[in-house]
Amino acid sequence: MRHILKRHLGPALCAATLGIAAIAPAAAQESIRIGYAVSKTGPNAGGATTTTIPNYELWVKEVNEAGGIKVGNKQLKIEVVEYDDRSISEEAVRSVERLATQDKVDFILTPWGTANNLAVGPIFDKYGYPQIAGTSVTDMAPKLAARWPNSYWLLGTGGSYAEGLVELLVKLRSEGKIGDDVAMASIADGFGIELAKAGRAALEANKFKLVYDKTYPLGTQDLAPIVNEVKALNPDVFVAFSYPPDTLGLTDQARVLGFNPKVFYTGVATAFPLYKAKFGAAAEGVVSLGGIDPSDPKVKDYIARHTAAVGKEPDRWASFMTYAGLQALQQAIEKAGTLDKAKVNEVLRTGTFDTVLGQISFDNESRQVPNIFTVGQWQNGEFVGLVPHEHHGASQLVFPKPAWPAQ
Amino acid sequence: MFTNAFLSGLTMGGTYALVAMGLTLQYGVSRIMNLAYGEFVIAACFAALILFTSMGISPLLALLVVAPAGFAVSWLIYRILLTPLVRRAPNRGALEVDSILATFGMLFIVQGIMLALFGGDYSSYSYFNTPVELLGTTIAANRLIVLAVALAVALAAWSFLMHTRSGTAMRAVAVDPVAAGLVAIDVRWAAAAAFALGGAIAATGGVLVSMFLTFNANIGVVFTMKALIVVIMGGVGNIAGALAAGLILGLAESFVATYVDPGLTIAVTYAIFLAVLLLRPNGLFGARAR
Amino acid sequence: MTARPALVIAAGAAVFAALALVPFVADGYGMSLAIAIANYAILATAWALFSGPTRYISLATVAFFGVGAYTVAVLGEVLPWPIVVLAAAVNGTLLAFVVGLSTLRLAGIYFVIFSFGLTELIRQVVTWYEVKVTNTVGRYVFLDTDQSMIYWQLLGLAAILYLTGYLIGRSRLGFALRVIGGDETVARHVGIDTTRAKLMLFVLSALFMTLTGAIMAPRWTYIDPAIAFNPQISFQTVIMALLGGVQRLWGPLLGVIPLTLLFDWLNANFPNHYLLILGIVFMLIVYLLPQGVAGAIGKLSRSRTKPEPETDRKAHSAEARP
Repeated sequence: MRHILKRHLGPALCAATLGIAAIAPAAAQESIRIGYAVSKTGPNAGGATTTTIPNYELWVKEVNEAGGIKVGNKQLKIEVVEYDDRSISEEAVRSVERLATQDKVDFILTPWGTANNLAVGPIFDKYGYPQIAGTSVTDMAPKLAARWPNSYWLLGTGGSYAEGLVELLVKLRSEGKIGDDVAMASIADGFGIELAKAGRAALEANKFKLVYDKTYPLGTQDLAPIVNEVKALNPDVFVAFSYPPDTLGLTDQARVLGFNPKVFYTGVATAFPLYKAKFGAAAEGVVSLGGIDPSDPKVKDYIARHTAAVGKEPDRWASFMTYAGLQALQQAIEKAGTLDKAKVNEVLRTGTFDTVLGQISFDNESRQVPNIFTVGQWQNGEFVGLVPHEHHGASQLVFPKPAWPAQ
Repeated sequence: MFTNAFLSGLTMGGTYALVAMGLTLQYGVSRIMNLAYGEFVIAACFAALILFTSMGISPLLALLVVAPAGFAVSWLIYRILLTPLVRRAPNRGALEVDSILATFGMLFIVQGIMLALFGGDYSSYSYFNTPVELLGTTIAANRLIVLAVALAVALAAWSFLMHTRSGTAMRAVAVDPVAAGLVAIDVRWAAAAAFALGGAIAATGGVLVSMFLTFNANIGVVFTMKALIVVIMGGVGNIAGALAAGLILGLAESFVATYVDPGLTIAVTYAIFLAVLLLRPNGLFGARAR
Repeated sequence: MTARPALVIAAGAAVFAALALVPFVADGYGMSLAIAIANYAILATAWALFSGPTRYISLATVAFFGVGAYTVAVLGEVLPWPIVVLAAAVNGTLLAFVVGLSTLRLAGIYFVIFSFGLTELIRQVVTWYEVKVTNTVGRYVFLDTDQSMIYWQLLGLAAILYLTGYLIGRSRLGFALRVIGGDETVARHVGIDTTRAKLMLFVLSALFMTLTGAIMAPRWTYIDPAIAFNPQISFQTVIMALLGGVQRLWGPLLGVIPLTLLFDWLNANFPNHYLLILGIVFMLIVYLLPQGVAGAIGKLSRSRTKPEPETDRKAHSAEARP
C-alpha cells in the first residue's frame, strides 16, 4: 500500500506548495501568468541560453516595466512560472502538462529546439494554447500546422534555408563567378540531415556537382579530416550544415589549413555573437542561415535593448524569430482584449503584427512567416541578410570571400 | 592525405590519452570511479578561458596555476568527501557503488556551480591556432602542444610510478591495499596522492583542450565517458595502456573519417573498444580481473 | 517469505487494481508524474531483476528501451499497435541474446563500460543507417494515444514484471541465481549452468525494458537516436535501483518514487539551481543512507525481529568475483 499512498501524496504535496502561489491571481486576475519550460541544463542548454532564455527574460522585463499587457481596460503585469526541461523530451512533456493543469497559466512559451517543440505539441493542442515556436526548423511545419491548428512555426522549414542558399549559388554561377563544384558536410542530426537533403535535391536539380557529400555524428571533435579532404578537392563552394561546436571547429580548421573557398557557409552558431567574438575580422565573408537588416531602426533598437537587459547581443537568426513571436503574442492578446486562448488564437491566425521582423502575419496554410532572411553573411562586423533578395533591407553578397587574416 | 590523417589522429588521440590518464590513476590506485571527472576537465577549461580573456594569461602559463589547483582541490575532495566512504566500505565492491553514487552527486554540484557562474552558453577562444608545417602537411600548433604534453605526462607518470618510492607505493596500493598496509605503506596517503595527481592531469587536459574545442558547462560527461572508454580499453590503472588506447582511438577516428566515412568515426571507436574487450576482457594491458 | 503465494498475489492484484483507477482522479500533470514513476519503476525493477542477484551493473538499459522506442518510430504508423509491440519485443529479445552471449564473460567495471559502449555503438549505427538508407534522422510518430492509455499499459507491464519477479524468486532459477550471486565458482561446482541462468535473466530483464520504450515512444511525437538512446536513462535507472536497494523485488521502487518526486519538486522550486541542489541532496543521501532505502527499512525491521544476514547495497558489488 505504501506506493499507492506515495503516488497520491506526491502530486498532492506539490499541488499544495504551488497552490500558495496560484491562489493569489486566480481571484481577480491582477496579473497574467505565463509559463515556460526550457533547457537550462543538458545538451540543449547551449542553444537555449543563447537564443530562448534571454529573449523571454527581456520581453517579460520590458512588458512589466511598461506596466504590463493591456487586456481590455486593464494593464496586467506578467508573472512567470519557469521549469528546466533538462533537454529531455519526457521532462518537457511533464513540465508543460504541469503548467497547463497545475499552474493553470494563461499562456505558455515554447521550449527550445525542434524535438522538444514536437514533444509538447500535443499538449499545447489539447489545452488550446498557442504554440509559437521560434527555434524549430522542420520540414514538417505545414503538416504540423494542419494537425495542431494553434501552432506557428516562425523559423520555417529546412528546405527554405537550403533552397535560399542554392538560389544564391545559381545566381553566382550564371554570372560566371563560380563553377559547378560544391562540397557539403552535415551533422547527422535532424536539422543537418533535413537541410542536407533539401540542399542536395536543389543542387542536383540545378546541375551542380556535389564533389563531397558526407555527414558526421554529433559530438565529432576532430574536424580536420573533413576540411583536409574538402581542401584537396578545391571546390568553389563549401557548405556545412553544422551545430555550434562543429561550426567553430570547421572554421578553425579552415583557417589553419588555409582553405578559403569563394563561398564558405557554416551552420548554427555562425550568426551567434560568439562567432564574431572568437574570429573577429576572420568572420568577414562567412555565409550562414539567418541575417538581419542593420539599417532598420527597429532592429538596431532591439539589439541595443537586448544587450542592455541581458548583457549580451542577440544572435542574428532565431533570436529575432523568438522575440517577434513574443511581440505577436502580446499584440494578439491586446487585440483580442481577453485572455481567452481561442480568441487570441483567432487573432494570431488572421492578424498582422508589428515586430522586429517587420510587419508579419502567419501564412494561413503553413503558419509560417513568408518573408524571413534565410541566408546571411558577415559584412563589416554585422551579420546581414541576403536572401530573399526582394526582402526589405536585403544586402548584396560580398564575393569572393576575403582571405583569412593571418593569425 | 595519409600524413594528414596520421597527424590529425595522433593529436586527437593524444588528447584522449591525456584526459584518460588522470582517470586511470584515480580509478586504478584510489579505487574511486569518478563520474565527475569530466566536470573537473571543463572547470579547468573555464579557468583557462577566464585567465586568457580577462587577464591575457596564455593557457600554457595558466597550466602552472590550474594544474596545481586541480591537485589541491582533488586532494581535499578525497580527504574530506571520499575518505569517509573508503573507511566505511567493507570491500571493494561496496566502495565502487558508493563512489559511483557520491561522484554522481558531485557531478551535479560542480556542473551546477559552473552553470551558476558561467551560464549554459557555448564558450570558445582561439589560442595558438597557428598553422605549423610538418611532414609536408599543415597542422594547428595547439594540437601539437597537446600531443607533446600527453607524451610528457605519460612519460613522467610512468617514471614516477616505476622508479620512485611513492610511485611504487601507489602501485602496491593498486594491487592490494590491505597487503600494502601490512608492509608499512601509508595507504590513505598513497590513495589521496594518486587521486590528486589524477585531478592535476584532468586540469591539464582541460586547459589544453580549451584552446581548440568549444565547450559549455554541460559537456563534462562527454569527457568522462570518453576517458572511461580509454581507461577500460587500456586496462585499469595502466598509464601505458591509456596512452596506447587513446592513440589507437584517435588514429582510428581520423583514418575512418578520411578513407571510409566521417559518419562512422564514433561507431568505429566503440566497435574497436568492444572488440578489444571481447578478445582481452581486462583491456590491452590489464593483467587480470581487477 | 513466510506469506502464502496466493495471498501475496491477491494482495498485489488488489494494489494494481487500485492503481488502475488513478487516471480517473489525477489531472494531466498528476498523470504525467504517475507515468514517470511507472516508467522508472519498470526500468529499475527490471534492471534489478538481473543485476540484483548477479551483481552486474549494466548501463545497457537504454539500448533496449531505445530499440523498443525505435521500433515504434519505424512501424508505429504502418502496423496495428499490438503487432508493433510484438515486433519491439522480438527485436529486444534478439538484441539481448547477442549482448548477453557476448558480455557475460566480462567482469566488474569492464562489464559496466562494455554495456555503455555497446549502447553507444547501437546509437551510432542506427544514426548512420538512418542517414545513409532512409535519409532522415528523427522520425515523426503521430499516434493517437493519451496519457491514460500509456499509463495503463505501463501499469499492466509493471504487474507482469512484479509477478514474474515474484515467481522467479520462488523458482529453481531464482535459487540458482542467489547461489551465483553468493559465489559463482561455488555455483558452477554444484552443477548450476551459470551462463544459461544469467543469460535467461538478462533477456527477460531486457524484454521489459524494450516494452517500456515501445509504450513510452508515442508520447514524444519526435524520435531520434539521441532521444531514444539517451544514456541518462541508463544512469538514472542504475541510480534509482541502487538507492532503493536491489536485493528485494520492491527495493528499486523505494528509490524510484522518492527520487522522481524529488527531481520534480526541485525543478519546480529551483529551476535555476536544480543541479546544484540535486547534487547536494544526492551526496547527503549517500552519506546518511549507506545501505539504500530498502536497507534502511530492512535494518529498522530487523532490529524488531530476528536478524537477517542479508546486507543489501553493502554486498552489492560491481566486482563480486575475484
